[in-house]
Amino acid sequence: MSAETLIYACLSVPLVGAAFIVLAGSYPNLREAVTLCTAGFLFLCVAHLVPTVASGFRPSITLLEMLPGLSIAFTIEPLGMIFACVASFLWIVTSIYAIGYMRGHHEVNQTKFYFFFAISIAAAIGVAFAGNMLTLFIFYEVLTLCTFPLVTHHGTDETKKAGRIYLGILIGTSIGFQLFAIVWTYVLTGTLDFTEGGILAGKADGPIITILLLLFMFGVGKAALMPFHRWLPAAMVAPTPVSALLHAVAVVKAGVFTVIKVIVYLFGLETLNGSDGSLYLAIIAGATLLISAVIAFRKDNLKARLAYSTISQLSYIVLGAAMATGAGIVGASMHIVMHATAKITLFFCAGAILVASHKTEISQLDGIGRRMPITMGCFLIGCLGIIGIPPAGGALSKWYLMMGTAESDHLIFMFVWMGSSLLSAGYLLPIVLRAFYSGSKTKASVQSKGGGTGIQEAPALCLIGICTASVLTIGAFFIADDLAGFLSPIAGM
Amino acid sequence: MMDQFAGLYNYWIFIVLMMIGFYIVMAQHNLIKKVVGLNIFQVSVFIFYISMSKVEDGSAPIIAEGITVYSNPLPHVLILTAIVVGVATTALALALVVRIRDSYGSIEEDEIEAEERRREKHF
Amino acid sequence: MLMLNLPALQVVLPLIAAPICLLLRRSDWAWLWATIVTWCCLGIAICLLSKVLSTGAISYPIGDWAAPIGIEYKIDLLSAFLLVIVSSIGAVVLPYAHASVSSEIPEARIYLFYTMYLLCLCGLLGIAVTGDAFNLFVFLEISSLSSYVLISMGRYRRSLTAAYRYLIMGTVGATFYIIGVGMMYMMTGTLNMSDLANRIPAVEDTRTIQVAIAFIVVGLSLKLAIFPLHMWLPNAYTFAPSVVTVFLAATATKVAVYALLRMIFTVFGGDPLFVIGEILMILSVAAMFVGSLVAIYQTNIKRMLAYSSIAQIGYMVLGISFITTTGLAGGIIHLFNHALVKGALFMAVGGMFFRIASVRLDDMAGIGKRIPITTGCFVVAGLGLIGVPLTAGFISKWYLVSAALEKDMWLIAVLILVSSLLAVIYIWRVVEVAYFRAPPKRAAVMSEPPLSMLIPLFILTGASIYFGIDASRTIDIAMAAANFLMTGVAQ
Repeated sequence: MSAETLIYACLSVPLVGAAFIVLAGSYPNLREAVTLCTAGFLFLCVAHLVPTVASGFRPSITLLEMLPGLSIAFTIEPLGMIFACVASFLWIVTSIYAIGYMRGHHEVNQTKFYFFFAISIAAAIGVAFAGNMLTLFIFYEVLTLCTFPLVTHHGTDETKKAGRIYLGILIGTSIGFQLFAIVWTYVLTGTLDFTEGGILAGKADGPIITILLLLFMFGVGKAALMPFHRWLPAAMVAPTPVSALLHAVAVVKAGVFTVIKVIVYLFGLETLNGSDGSLYLAIIAGATLLISAVIAFRKDNLKARLAYSTISQLSYIVLGAAMATGAGIVGASMHIVMHATAKITLFFCAGAILVASHKTEISQLDGIGRRMPITMGCFLIGCLGIIGIPPAGGALSKWYLMMGTAESDHLIFMFVWMGSSLLSAGYLLPIVLRAFYSGSKTKASVQSKGGGTGIQEAPALCLIGICTASVLTIGAFFIADDLAGFLSPIAGM
Repeated sequence: MMDQFAGLYNYWIFIVLMMIGFYIVMAQHNLIKKVVGLNIFQVSVFIFYISMSKVEDGSAPIIAEGITVYSNPLPHVLILTAIVVGVATTALALALVVRIRDSYGSIEEDEIEAEERRREKHF
Repeated sequence: MLMLNLPALQVVLPLIAAPICLLLRRSDWAWLWATIVTWCCLGIAICLLSKVLSTGAISYPIGDWAAPIGIEYKIDLLSAFLLVIVSSIGAVVLPYAHASVSSEIPEARIYLFYTMYLLCLCGLLGIAVTGDAFNLFVFLEISSLSSYVLISMGRYRRSLTAAYRYLIMGTVGATFYIIGVGMMYMMTGTLNMSDLANRIPAVEDTRTIQVAIAFIVVGLSLKLAIFPLHMWLPNAYTFAPSVVTVFLAATATKVAVYALLRMIFTVFGGDPLFVIGEILMILSVAAMFVGSLVAIYQTNIKRMLAYSSIAQIGYMVLGISFITTTGLAGGIIHLFNHALVKGALFMAVGGMFFRIASVRLDDMAGIGKRIPITTGCFVVAGLGLIGVPLTAGFISKWYLVSAALEKDMWLIAVLILVSSLLAVIYIWRVVEVAYFRAPPKRAAVMSEPPLSMLIPLFILTGASIYFGIDASRTIDIAMAAANFLMTGVAQ
């Protein structure tokens, strides 16, 4: 199969899968088999494209011309390739996990859940492969709209409120700022194609670059820069697999992915270096990074703490990109992978704890590690990934991010990296400590209350998902070098 | 100065009639009176068209021996059309008023509004 | 022979068909007759558009009386485009009308309804076809008078007062328009539009012409419900029968926009245009915000959509007020897109009304689960109204924002985007009630509206998506029309 055909395949497989999921709706086993097959097949298609892209070829297709001179087009370059790989592979893992979770937790409307899940993945692939900013924007919006039914899955008043925040912020910022910036860019340059070196180079002067950059960055609400981060904690009302894949991987990564794309291909590193914009962006990202880490300390709800940790980690990526240096871009792109694997592990564990024990607050977790050793062991690995301690992959992306900062003019941000590591260790490790070392009393009470049916490990399918994710977290450490090599062309290294 | 008033008297009549009609449409609360106002308003326009096509010392636009100066027939024809439209409008308006009176029992705008507010709060 | 007389047939066909409809009396026959005639009209309109695209503007002297003495029908790209919009909406609405009308209008009056429908269509098509300023007035009144009747056929008694108020405002508007035309005639001695365009520049600075322009613009603005002359519109749309609301919302205001375009660009051109543009710009921005803000607080969906129409008319007029090619193209394309989107929205609401006999937001609780297809179409069309990418609304917003940025009007560009966020709020209010509120306990199980209502709904909803994905054809036409109109400005 040629690379072009594969692009079509990647885009259509999840959609076809979604159609079959609906058709198989009344047979749960068949439906979930379809989901798994679709996910597997999608990953095969995506993986097939990797060698082509690695050899320096950039396959490209134009779907149709939407407006004269502006088409819906797809071009694959290393960054998008990596994002697509992450999203499609983690879809398989999440599907396995989701089957266990949804059944174990007796969720309703499961067909709707799997259907919109597949559509969301299609949108994420669309974002990853987009060949110009218009296409990216379109899929970005589709992603927002088709994750909305997942966020409001339970249909209660609480989810309705969360859904309002979710849509309000994401649609509001994207139409209010991002679309405005896109049209402005188009009026300035006459094109929206992603071009190496940036299309805005030489087309606009300093202040306009700064304004445009800020419009783009706040416009990408999915990157959760403060003060437009509220949607992410709100989205945690969704079932855990949704939080895991969408709000740790597909949706938020689509946001930071857009940030890197815009910086690399619309502005260009040189243009950005020449303006004050990058400094302002770095300050905003740095502030978000530290503030949200501090907020995470104060959250007792496990998913909420993870959500604020996600906001903080997303700002790593934005901050890295804002340095506008080669190593910074590579580090930022690499951190997409590292954070995705680590954070999905953590969310899976949180979901497993919920299924097995119906506990959502950290203060209730005393001694749970002795009951669920596998889950909490994997949780520890996830924590290492987030903090950035070897042998988890997070260590290496952080290394590149710090190198990027060292190369830039803004050395002061080195302190941000240092501080952030300490903060993340501070809000994550106590959970592990609490789970393994404290609260023998609680354990006794659980036993006495629950009789013989005390807390046990999560369903087997959940465990498979968790273990796979944690293996990936460590495995990413060993492929980091290849990743850097794969990414170096976009960073001009 | 005199010319402005006396020479263009037909236009002054048009303007005065138009304003009277327009004022009635806006200020009256009685639906029938509004229709009458609308009529005056329209008729003023007819007068405007008809009088502007009159040529000094011109006769009716009939081609006949010895007649060289005659008024412009086109606006007259136009106004025939406009009169038809005006009649249709008036007829329709009156028909509506009859129906309104049947269902509200009043043709006073404020009474109708009070009735609407009382009965159909949800709109 | 037939091909040559198409411009006349376009108008004469529904005009003659209307009295025949009156004679048929049986409601089913009247419906069938009206349907056949409107579809023929659509065929004619498409023929005319393709002819204009291939050979350029068509000029047709009525009764072989050459312009400027006789009445000339003139069809250029813009009018052909409008003909297609109006007649296709007219044709798509009729299959929908069969079930909807028989549930909302007494059996004995149905044939009258179709008679009026045909007359209204005739008037609207006539406005698009004619090249004569006075003839335009006549068609304007034909369409207005029949639409007053159509509105008054609603099943509320407030339909009557709504129709009455619309009649008063509409007649004042039309009379203003003929006063303006009369004054132009005094100064130029012609009523033919292209003739007027040639002669006006010579007398442009006289006070008479300036007053004439003012009268015409105000008169047409009343018809097209530009803020603050919109007071007639919400009640008229709310209390009219569902079908009438669909038809009028999708066509009547659009045709009025066309008339305004025609007069200010083709006829006036030049300097007055820029003064009008500035005034219209302020009014249209105000309309965008006032319309949307008021829409947010409505509890009746039809009224909510009516206020949204006022806001959307603001977008069209805003596009016109830039007086640039991009802006005009944006206005024209929005005219088309909004016809599709608002038509689909009102059709969906009509479908809900058909089943639950209410258009109050509170009665919509859980309707998304009870009649999912109709509600789904409402949501999709609603996204089009907001201007989400891949829907028609996005294309128009794109052009409007580009036009504002081209003229360095940053503020206006931001306002366009912010106001479309207001649309998110009012559409989302409906979505929340429809999907997240539990249906009333004693609610009976209900089925979707009949297929005859669903298919037209699908067509319009589908079109609002299709023209958002593949807009190049419509954009080409709008651009060409805008270019043509702009040549009037340059002269």
